[in-house]
Amino acid sequence: MLPQTQKIEQAAASAPIYQVRQESFLMQFLRTNLEVFQRDRLALAGLIILVFFILVAIFAPVIAPYGELEVIQEDGIWLANEKPSERFPLGTTNLGRDIFSQLVFGSRSALLVGFSAAIAVSVIGTVVGLIAGYYGGWVDMILMRLADVAFGIPFLPFIIVLAAFMEPNIWNVVIAMSLLLWRDTSRVIRSQVLVIKEQAFVSAARVSGANNWRIIFMYIAPSILPLSFLYGSLAIGWSILTEASVSFLGFADPDVVSWGFMLQDAFASQALSRGAFYWIVPPGLCIMLTVMAGFFIGRGYEEVLFPRLRRL
Amino acid sequence: MRRGFIAYIGGRLLQSLLVLWVIVTILFFLFRLAPGNPLAAYIDTTFNQEQQTALMARFGLDKPLHEQYFIYLGNLLRGDLGDSFRYSGTVLKQVLDVLPNTLYLTFTSLIVAYIVGIIGGIFMAARRGTRAEKVGIVFTLMTRAAPEFWIGMILLAVFAFNLRWLPSSGTAPAGKIYVDEFEKLTSPLFWRHMILPTFTLALYLHGLPLLLMRSNMLEVMDQDFITMGRLAGYSERRLMIRHAARNALLPVMTALTLGVGYSIGGNVVIENVFGWPGLGRLLVRAVSTADYPLAQGAFFIIAVVIVLLNFVADILYGLLDPRVGSSDQAKAS
Repeated sequence: MLPQTQKIEQAAASAPIYQVRQESFLMQFLRTNLEVFQRDRLALAGLIILVFFILVAIFAPVIAPYGELEVIQEDGIWLANEKPSERFPLGTTNLGRDIFSQLVFGSRSALLVGFSAAIAVSVIGTVVGLIAGYYGGWVDMILMRLADVAFGIPFLPFIIVLAAFMEPNIWNVVIAMSLLLWRDTSRVIRSQVLVIKEQAFVSAARVSGANNWRIIFMYIAPSILPLSFLYGSLAIGWSILTEASVSFLGFADPDVVSWGFMLQDAFASQALSRGAFYWIVPPGLCIMLTVMAGFFIGRGYEEVLFPRLRRL
Repeated sequence: MRRGFIAYIGGRLLQSLLVLWVIVTILFFLFRLAPGNPLAAYIDTTFNQEQQTALMARFGLDKPLHEQYFIYLGNLLRGDLGDSFRYSGTVLKQVLDVLPNTLYLTFTSLIVAYIVGIIGGIFMAARRGTRAEKVGIVFTLMTRAAPEFWIGMILLAVFAFNLRWLPSSGTAPAGKIYVDEFEKLTSPLFWRHMILPTFTLALYLHGLPLLLMRSNMLEVMDQDFITMGRLAGYSERRLMIRHAARNALLPVMTALTLGVGYSIGGNVVIENVFGWPGLGRLLVRAVSTADYPLAQGAFFIIAVVIVLLNFVADILYGLLDPRVGSSDQAKAS
C-alpha cells in the first residue's frame, strides 16, 4: 500500500470526517466542495484545466481543422512530415495527418477513460469499503484479502495482459484498471465506516427498525461520500496515465486517436531522430496537465477533509 | 523477541503465500482466456492435423483445464515455468537472463531517487511556507503526472539524437556482447547506456520519498523533543539534520521496499522506450507475439518480487513500530 494511502487510512480510522449536526451530511458535503475550490488555489486550477479539456472534447469537431485520421493530400501527394505552419499549426504525421487535429480529438478518449474509470473505481471501492466495514467478520476478512491480492498484482503488466487478450478498445482498459484500483478507496472507506458505525445515529437508526441495507446506503454512505470523491479524482489521473502507457506499448484500439497513441505513432515513425518536437511534446503536455488536474483536486479534498495531514 | 511479533510475522507470511497463490490462479485463468489457439503463430499452414495435435500434446494443451491447472501449480513449485512457444529453451532461462538488467536499472534508479528525494524533502521542510516550497511541490507533482515514457522520449530526442552525447537504446553498442555479468557491470559502456533510463526512472520515483520525507519532517519538528532542543539553544539547522531527519527517515526507508515493487511494475514502459532488455520488455514482447508461457513466466516473477517486497515492508514496519503485535494492536485491527 502506498504510504499516502496508509496515512489517510489512519486518519480516516481516527475520527469521523463529518459530525452529526443540524445540517445533513449531503449539505456538509456540498460545503466541502465549495471549500475545496475556494481555499485551495491549486484545486481550483485543476478544476479549470479539466473544464477547459471538457470544452475542447465537446467542441472537437468545430476546433479541429481536419479529421483525426484524415490523410491530407494535395494533387495526389500525401502531405507527410510537414513542419508547423499556418495551415498545420503542429505539422503533420508521417502519414500526412494533422497533428493539431489529433491532439484536439485525443482529449475525448482521455476524458472518457479518466471519468469512466473514476466513476467505476469510486463506486466499486465505496461499496466494498461500506460492506466490509459495516459487516465486519468473515465478510470483511475476505474483502480485505481480495484488496491485498489487488495490491500484490503488478499493475501495468496486468492491464497490458488483459487489454491484449480482450478486444483492444478503451473500455477494456477501463475495466482492467477498475479491477485493481478500487483497493485504496475501499481500505480508506472501510476505516472510516468502522468509526461511523459506532456513532449514536447509526444505533438510533437500527433501534428504529431500519434494515442493514438502509443503514448502509441511507445513513452511512452520505457521510463517506467525500472520500469517494477524493479517490475518484485521483483515479482520473492514474487512469489517463495508464491508458497512455497501454496505448504507447501498442495494446490499444488502433482506430481511436488518443494522446498515448500519438506518442506511440511518433516513436515508431522516427520522430525522435528527426527532432520533431512539435509532434512529441504537445500530447505529453496534455496528458500531464489533465493528470495534474486530477491530483490537484484530490489534494484539495485531502486538505479539507484531513487538515492535520496536510497542515504538516 | 516478543511472541506477538513472531505471530505477526507468521500471519503475514501466511497471508503473502495466500496472496501469491490467488495471483498464480488468476494468472492461469487469465492466460487461458487468451484469444485463439496459443500455438497459432507456431503452426505452419502446411502442418497437417496430426502434426498440430502432436504439438498441442507437447505443450500439454490437449488435457482438460483443471488438469492443466494442477500440472501448472506442480511445475511452479518445482520452479518449472514451462517452455517458450517462440524461443527454444525454458521460460525460466529467458526470464533469468533478463532479470539482472531489470534489477540493475531498478536499484540504481531507486538509490538516486531516494537520495535526491530525502535531501529534497528535508530542504522543503526547512523552507516550509515559502514560494520555493510551493514551486518544488508543483514540480514534484509534475514529474509524477508526466508519462514516464514521454519524458524518456524527450530525453532521447535531445541527448541521444540531437546532441549525440548518449546512446539511444540497449545495454551495449551494436556488436558488443558482455561475456558475463561481471564484465557488464565493470564496463563503462554499460553505465553509459544506463544514464538515460536511470535518470528517467529516478525522476519519476523521487516524488514519493520527497513528499513523504517532507511531511514526516514537519510532523517530527512539531514534537516535544525538538521544542526541548530549541529551548536548549541548538541551531535550527542542527535540529533539522541531526535530530528530526533521523526520525523522519525510518518510514521513508520502509516505503523503499514498496517502491521497489511499484517500480518493477512501472519499469515496463521505460524498458520499452530505451530498448532495455529486461523483464518488462520481455513481457510486452511475449504478450504481443502471443508467447503465453513466456508472458506468464515474466508476469509471475514480477508478482513474486512485489509480494516478497510487500512482506519485507511488513516486517520492517513491525520492527520499527513497537505497537505491532502487542495486544492493543490486535484489538484495533
